[in-house]
Amino acid sequence: MNLRRLPLTREISLAVLVYLYVPVVVLIVYSFNANRTATVWSETSLDWYRKILVNPSIRDATWNSLVLATAAGIGATLLALAAALGMKSGFRGKGAVEAVLNAPLILPEVVVAVATLMLFVAIGIDMGLAAMIPAHIAFCIPFAYLPIKARLQGMNPSLEEAAQDLYANRFVTFRRVTLPLLWPGIMAGFTLAFVTSLDDFLTSFFLSGPGSTTLPVYIFSAIRAGITPEINAISTIMLIVSVALVVTSFLLGKMRR
Amino acid sequence: MSATSPFRRAGLVGPALLVVLVLIGVPLGIMAWVSLLGRGATIGVDWTSAPSFANYTKLVWEEDFDGTLLFNPTYLSILWRSVWQAAATTAICVGLGLPVALWMSSLSRGARDMAVLLITIPFWTNLLVRNYAWLIILREDGLVSQTANAIWPFGPVQLLYNDAAILIGLVYSFLPFMILPIYAGFEKFDWRLLEAAYDLGANRRRALTRVIVPLAMPGIIAGSMLVFIPSLGSFVTAAILGGGKSMMMGNLIQLQFGQSRNWPFGAAISVVLLALMMLVLMGIALWKTRQEAKR
Repeated sequence: MNLRRLPLTREISLAVLVYLYVPVVVLIVYSFNANRTATVWSETSLDWYRKILVNPSIRDATWNSLVLATAAGIGATLLALAAALGMKSGFRGKGAVEAVLNAPLILPEVVVAVATLMLFVAIGIDMGLAAMIPAHIAFCIPFAYLPIKARLQGMNPSLEEAAQDLYANRFVTFRRVTLPLLWPGIMAGFTLAFVTSLDDFLTSFFLSGPGSTTLPVYIFSAIRAGITPEINAISTIMLIVSVALVVTSFLLGKMRR
Repeated sequence: MSATSPFRRAGLVGPALLVVLVLIGVPLGIMAWVSLLGRGATIGVDWTSAPSFANYTKLVWEEDFDGTLLFNPTYLSILWRSVWQAAATTAICVGLGLPVALWMSSLSRGARDMAVLLITIPFWTNLLVRNYAWLIILREDGLVSQTANAIWPFGPVQLLYNDAAILIGLVYSFLPFMILPIYAGFEKFDWRLLEAAYDLGANRRRALTRVIVPLAMPGIIAGSMLVFIPSLGSFVTAAILGGGKSMMMGNLIQLQFGQSRNWPFGAAISVVLLALMMLVLMGIALWKTRQEAKR
């Protein structure tokens, strides 16, 4: 007998897995339904995928999302990398600095989003990508910071010391030793920041202007207008992209140290 | 490598810190200030109005024509719903998360990693998409509704746009946040201690209450924080599955910045939401220090 198996744990766990996956499966299955109303199953078709590929608003929204996620991902990763290197050794107030950097993880996003909206209105910045990019960078920082920090902590400091003993200066040590060793952590951090920005709805919802609608904002207004297989098809594509990116990030993080 | 000098450190940490402070700290400060102001004619706030607590009293009392204050439960009921929905979500997540974490820890090494991945994959799909999937399942002409109506003899069953639908969506959104911390606690545990408990004559119930639950407690507390706080501040679930009828604080805030164009009132609700969150965090910190003191 496995002592940890109390009665029902197995049954509850399987039920939870069903609960987690049924909505995903239903979503994907209905994206292949030919019927417009999405309620009656008529026949299997790829029509909705064809339709979203030629829909100009979806194309523009996808482009905006990608531009935003790339800019936010790169910005947040660079800032987080510098911060992680600076936080390597202990100093007074380290805990407080860490808490500030990680604050976006616990603050309710709706509050931060409306607060940022007020700041931008107060200083006269127009809504649009120019407002969204800095806001996204700010809340993506912890997502990039945590994997880089984890990688840095697992790194053997004697490798850097050895490089310096062999007369490498600081820059060469960083370029030839630290950076290559940190690389999987940096890529994992970038991927997480990228996905977080790509999936973000609330901040973009409040800060987007005319012409800067992102895919999640488009999906939200489409859901408000009614259920269509078109939304299922976009959702399915987004689901596949997010899962692929996260699995990549997971594997990068696991890369041998 | 030589210890980082304070200057170098400031140069490295400074930019990230500055970005977070300017783009998150400063806006929160502005918000606290705006919550004391009056609404404006064009942009939602009148920057020149005299500060007062009117937006906070509005949450409880409504001013009548002649200036007398009348109790108005509209906003309090939304606040109350947010709190109990978040609490119920947390409780359900504990109830489901504990057995799942226990089951995961009883698997073989490879199967455990697989289980962690299985639990996390749905969580990484877009929040909107996850809630939309429940909209499809629960909708009026959907399979579940039709089945429910066929079985249930007393009038039509409405599965969507109510508190139960929001609860299902919230649990679905945040369940992995509960499972993973509890599982992390179990993974490090030396399970021979449980064997010892059984050898010493403990029955299953005692093993559960004396060994497993205390062991899971730090994970349950961490998980509760990770589930309660985002549930309390959630917007998407109630917007999609509550259909405008069942609102939560997040939706009320959005409404003030959207249709109602009353930014100061929205800012006041935001401040209340942050205060509620701080209370929870402080409660947890207090619990932790007490636990430390016990040892």
